[in-house]
Amino acid sequence: MTDDHGPLTEGYDRTPQHSSHHIPKIMMMGLRRCGKSSICQVMFHNMPPLDTLYIESTSSPSTTVFSSFIDFAVVELPGQTNAVDPGNEELERLFTESGALIYVIDSQDEYINSLSNLHSIITRAVEVNPKINIEVFIHKVDGLSEDFRLDAQRDITQRVTDELLDDGLLNVPLSFHLTSIFDHSVYEAFSRVVQKQIPQLATLENLLNVVCQHSGIEKAFLFDIKSKIFVATDSSPMDVATYEICTDFIDITVDMDSLYTIDHSQTPALKAADTAFGNELDGTDPTFNKSKPIGSTTRLNNGLILYLQQMVKGLALVCLMRKESMPKIALVEYNIEFFRNALEQLRLLTV
Amino acid sequence: MAATARRKLLLMGRSGSGKSSMRSIIFSNYSAFDTRRLGATIDVEHQNLRFLGNLTLNLWDCGGQDAYMDNYFSSQRDNIFQMVEALIFVFDVESKELRKDIETFVLCLRNLYEFSPGARIFALVHKMDLVVVEKRQDVYKALMHSLEDTSAMFSFKVQGFATTIWDESLYKAWSNIVCSLIPNVGIFQKHLQSFADISEVDEVILFEKTSFLVISHVTGNRSPGFKSDSTRFEKISNIIKQFKQSCNKLRSQFQSLSLRGSDCSAYIDSMTASTMIMVVMANRAVPDDGTNGDDAVDGSSAVNLLADQDPFSGEAENNIILANIKIARKMFEKIENLSLE
Repeated sequence: MTDDHGPLTEGYDRTPQHSSHHIPKIMMMGLRRCGKSSICQVMFHNMPPLDTLYIESTSSPSTTVFSSFIDFAVVELPGQTNAVDPGNEELERLFTESGALIYVIDSQDEYINSLSNLHSIITRAVEVNPKINIEVFIHKVDGLSEDFRLDAQRDITQRVTDELLDDGLLNVPLSFHLTSIFDHSVYEAFSRVVQKQIPQLATLENLLNVVCQHSGIEKAFLFDIKSKIFVATDSSPMDVATYEICTDFIDITVDMDSLYTIDHSQTPALKAADTAFGNELDGTDPTFNKSKPIGSTTRLNNGLILYLQQMVKGLALVCLMRKESMPKIALVEYNIEFFRNALEQLRLLTV
Repeated sequence: MAATARRKLLLMGRSGSGKSSMRSIIFSNYSAFDTRRLGATIDVEHQNLRFLGNLTLNLWDCGGQDAYMDNYFSSQRDNIFQMVEALIFVFDVESKELRKDIETFVLCLRNLYEFSPGARIFALVHKMDLVVVEKRQDVYKALMHSLEDTSAMFSFKVQGFATTIWDESLYKAWSNIVCSLIPNVGIFQKHLQSFADISEVDEVILFEKTSFLVISHVTGNRSPGFKSDSTRFEKISNIIKQFKQSCNKLRSQFQSLSLRGSDCSAYIDSMTASTMIMVVMANRAVPDDGTNGDDAVDGSSAVNLLADQDPFSGEAENNIILANIKIARKMFEKIENLSLE
């Protein structure tokens, strides 16, 4: 993601015809105070979750352009947007342009109103764009007990699907996620949403599978370093704990790396070499626009190895290995180098 | 096994100022978030911490409610204030009764003057996160100024820190406190220096294993233009401590880390039973032509040169560092268990 200057606020009635026009969009809707802005701030602007208490309510649609393996824009609509108003052409246009619609429900509140709102939005959106993925975030679950979360999810799923059935709307691409900004669940849910928007996902997963099979890797993730969304993972089963440790591992790698820098102005000899390396990387992110791609390895005392290597365009490969593969790490790295090349080619194909 | 030294630390301050919170974060692996669960401390809670092979920190966490406070200064007086090595007085920066806090502080000093005149005094101005960033320095200075005056009356020298549990400042304060209590910290420093010299690295930091407080560090100025964050020591403590917590979630423990950064390589590995070492080397893309003549001829520079031709062959360098650490281990083991008398 590139935008560090706060959300690019613009009225959607005058969404300009510039580049962001062609970028796939993800819409975010939900009643007011359900947590849409909080999610955006935490995910894309590195806001500490506790600070989101002070966010002002959003009054006009805001767009955050997010640049990862693919670029896409997250369009956040204010809670009072009226979905049933047939004259709202802009909304209709957004529906057609968007690949996914995230609907946020505040699970700590009475959600009946929210569900009827969701129902009208779905009917409207599907009418305009039958291929749009509806992603329901059952949000703020940090306040609910473990049992209650599942109950809420079951209840909401039941109600939504029943109503759609009554309307004869079958086969709506609909999924539900339990989320909270205070843990990793929102990142995971968002990752799932984004993955569905990546046309090359199957190829990426396949590549990861091949790397894993041939390198003794137990689990591999392709992460977007800054937002900690995972763009793809291999097909072995995934549990939340591994995902969490991988994101934390990215954090410490980036944090530790930022503590020491070389001031290149003092060593002119370094400059030439530096730019040679710099060209390989994409200049989108100043943190990673340094001399060479970063990587790190950590060893845990239960024999688990975490291995991170920066790939193209702010992406990083994070692998879980057993300590038995450590003696052959050079071979693993050799394989990973191939994976990087494949990624690079895949990216060039899509540009 | 050498006799272990016990060091008595008094942790004082008004009720709710954050004494137990900071203790749990530093010594019991709590996250800042977890401290919300802590209740008020009843009377005095003793915690015995083994810190390095031969040092035991005997931490007296004194509950800060008025009823207990009165007791400390009357009936329990000699019990509390005897044999104290260090007093850590926590001030709540948002306290409404600062005058009263200072009075308590003076009472502590008076008693220490009587029972343990050799004690070190630390004042932590805590909950700094609640103050606006621009004002922090002023608030801290104003308070410290008055504290310095009062402690001078009892011929104590007070050392102050502005802290909060929400960032790394807490680690800086506690690292200083603990270092002042380690008897052979000078020996650690000396040997760490020679380790750094022999292995030709840019920085070596020694941490205590469980609390991840910095015990000693050596910075060389081998690489021109190599810059480091001035608050890096406490930041590393904080970063690794947090990572240790996430490792705990997997029911595992952090063992080692090697970072192939954009400008530096860093290794963290265990040194002795109770210490960990971090070694930092700048990436030298081109051998320093002439500026560091002696460097260019020996092995380590050659390795560095190699490492930069191919980003993945840092392994040789890695192995050299690990081998150096391995060799140094025995020596540091010895220092750690050194007899104190």
